[in-house]
Amino acid sequence: MLKATDLRLTFNPGTPIETQALRGMTLEIPTGQFVTVIGSNGAGKSTFLNAVSGEQRVDSGTIEIDGIDMTRLPVWARARHVARVFQDPLAGTCEDLTIEENMALAKMRGERRGFSFAVKPALREEFRAQLATLGLGLENRLSDRIGLLSGGQRQAVSLLMAALQPSRLLLLDEHTAALDPRTAAFVLELTVRIVAEHKLTTMMVTHSMRQALDVGQRTVMLHQGRVVLDVAGTEREGLDVHHLLDMFEKVRGEEIDDDALLLG
Amino acid sequence: MSLYTLLGALEIGLIFSLVALGVYISFRLLRFPDLTVDGSFPLGGAVAATMIAAGYDPFTSTIVATIAGAVAGLITGWLNVRLKIMDLLASILMMIALYSINLRIMGKPNVPLIMEPTVFNLLQPEALADYVFRPLLLVFVVLAVKLLLDAYFSTQSGLAIRATGSNARMARAQGVNTGLAVLAGMALSNALVGLAGALFAQTQGGADISMGVGTIVIGLAAVIVGESLLPSRKLYLATIAVIVGAIVYRFFIALALNSDFIGLQAQDLNLVTAVLVTVALVVPKLRAHWSGKKGN
Ligand SMILES: Nc1ncnc2c1ncn2[C@@H]1O[C@H](COP(=O)(O)OP(=O)(O)O)[C@@H](O)[C@H]1O
Ligand SMILES: [Mg+2]
Repeated sequence: MLKATDLRLTFNPGTPIETQALRGMTLEIPTGQFVTVIGSNGAGKSTFLNAVSGEQRVDSGTIEIDGIDMTRLPVWARARHVARVFQDPLAGTCEDLTIEENMALAKMRGERRGFSFAVKPALREEFRAQLATLGLGLENRLSDRIGLLSGGQRQAVSLLMAALQPSRLLLLDEHTAALDPRTAAFVLELTVRIVAEHKLTTMMVTHSMRQALDVGQRTVMLHQGRVVLDVAGTEREGLDVHHLLDMFEKVRGEEIDDDALLLG
Repeated sequence: MSLYTLLGALEIGLIFSLVALGVYISFRLLRFPDLTVDGSFPLGGAVAATMIAAGYDPFTSTIVATIAGAVAGLITGWLNVRLKIMDLLASILMMIALYSINLRIMGKPNVPLIMEPTVFNLLQPEALADYVFRPLLLVFVVLAVKLLLDAYFSTQSGLAIRATGSNARMARAQGVNTGLAVLAGMALSNALVGLAGALFAQTQGGADISMGVGTIVIGLAAVIVGESLLPSRKLYLATIAVIVGAIVYRFFIALALNSDFIGLQAQDLNLVTAVLVTVALVVPKLRAHWSGKKGN
């Protein structure tokens, strides 16, 4: 369970470019829930995810995961509990390392790394089996550098990597945004499958209203660094994309010209 | 070139291949431009020569010299990781500090080893001439170091260091304490350089305060020559390449110095090396620029 309470974060305080990215951001996610997060550009979605993962320290507020206070812990110490897939396919993998080495790194996420060989035969077989489920033929390329793969392939492997080791929270920040539509659909499908398979507590930022309503059990809209809409259950089932767009308009106080883009 | 000159070049090339392996770890695996090397090489020499001259066993002295190198690397890493001093600057600070420290250790600008025992003359069998035995022993030392490095960098801990150099953000997200990884990598790198300095002092008849000048440049040149002769991303091939690079580079120098037709004179070598290293420093940046990547 994630419990973020009254998070505040200001970038460049006291300067002309001061930005209050989080302004009393509060959100609780019960164990096993899959939450989609939407909000206009600059709403604070990435900042919130970074605050939860530890990449960004908050000025005030607390972050608890399963009752453990994470607020002051560095990224690497939170990694035991938090798994992530980044928006940029290059960010989530080490291009200089092979596919199996990347997976071996993820297999030890949050654990003490000792002096035994990182890729052992049994582990290699496990990776091979996992990769085979992608249907991309990557199971035959274990010792290829991951830098040789396409963005979509790397993102798919990143998702597998995130699930190799149990986590209390999975963070996905527009992880399909950099992919072409077909690959994006494939990676989204894979996301839903992996989350269901491992019963992961998940927070997924998306720029697609359709996705936000179709995937997961709950949808949260951020605006100006706090939650402005939080729907689940039957209320959410009754919502359509245009409802969300109306909400958008209301909070932004302006028309959204480019509906097509947001509907995608 | 005589056999004697050839074996002499091989001997120095092998010693500098340890430096080159250290430089490969810092510059390539960790992507930490580390100039500490110019201080940790003479540090290894100073510690080993001073201890041997004071009557300590050469093996113990060599081990202590290696540890001293590790500590130097550790401090450079600490300046960067903890005090947030820019990597290159942190290493320059350490290099400058080591100049004074090395003088303190030796108590004078040089410590000769003439009649003293060394790891080489203690192990040397009667049947072999010293100029044959020294490179022979070094081949074993360098091979052992290479195999140990290959093994270490495929362990979980070694992989964490490589990940830190390749993509620190990803490494942290996987739970790698990247600060610690930098410290470990820098210690390992400079331990090898300290070892090289200790062995150099024992083959060259002592340690001298100026023996470190240009060590980093020679190390980098060796890495570059190796990478262009045997380009490979596989670690066990890359470490071979670096060793071959150090030896080839040394032969090139011996050849240039021993032949009139190339027209190179001793004073030109620093220029040639500097040009090589400039290319080495610029090419990865251009490559990163072309592939449109940016650091974070
Ligand atoms: N590192 C940073 N430095 C300064 N301002 C930032 C930084 N990161 C984000 N911001 C600002 O904080 C606000 C929220 O950004 P972000 O969380 O990235 O929004 P979203 O992901 O919802 O589009 C924006 O106004 C953005 O410009
Ligand atoms: Mg964002």
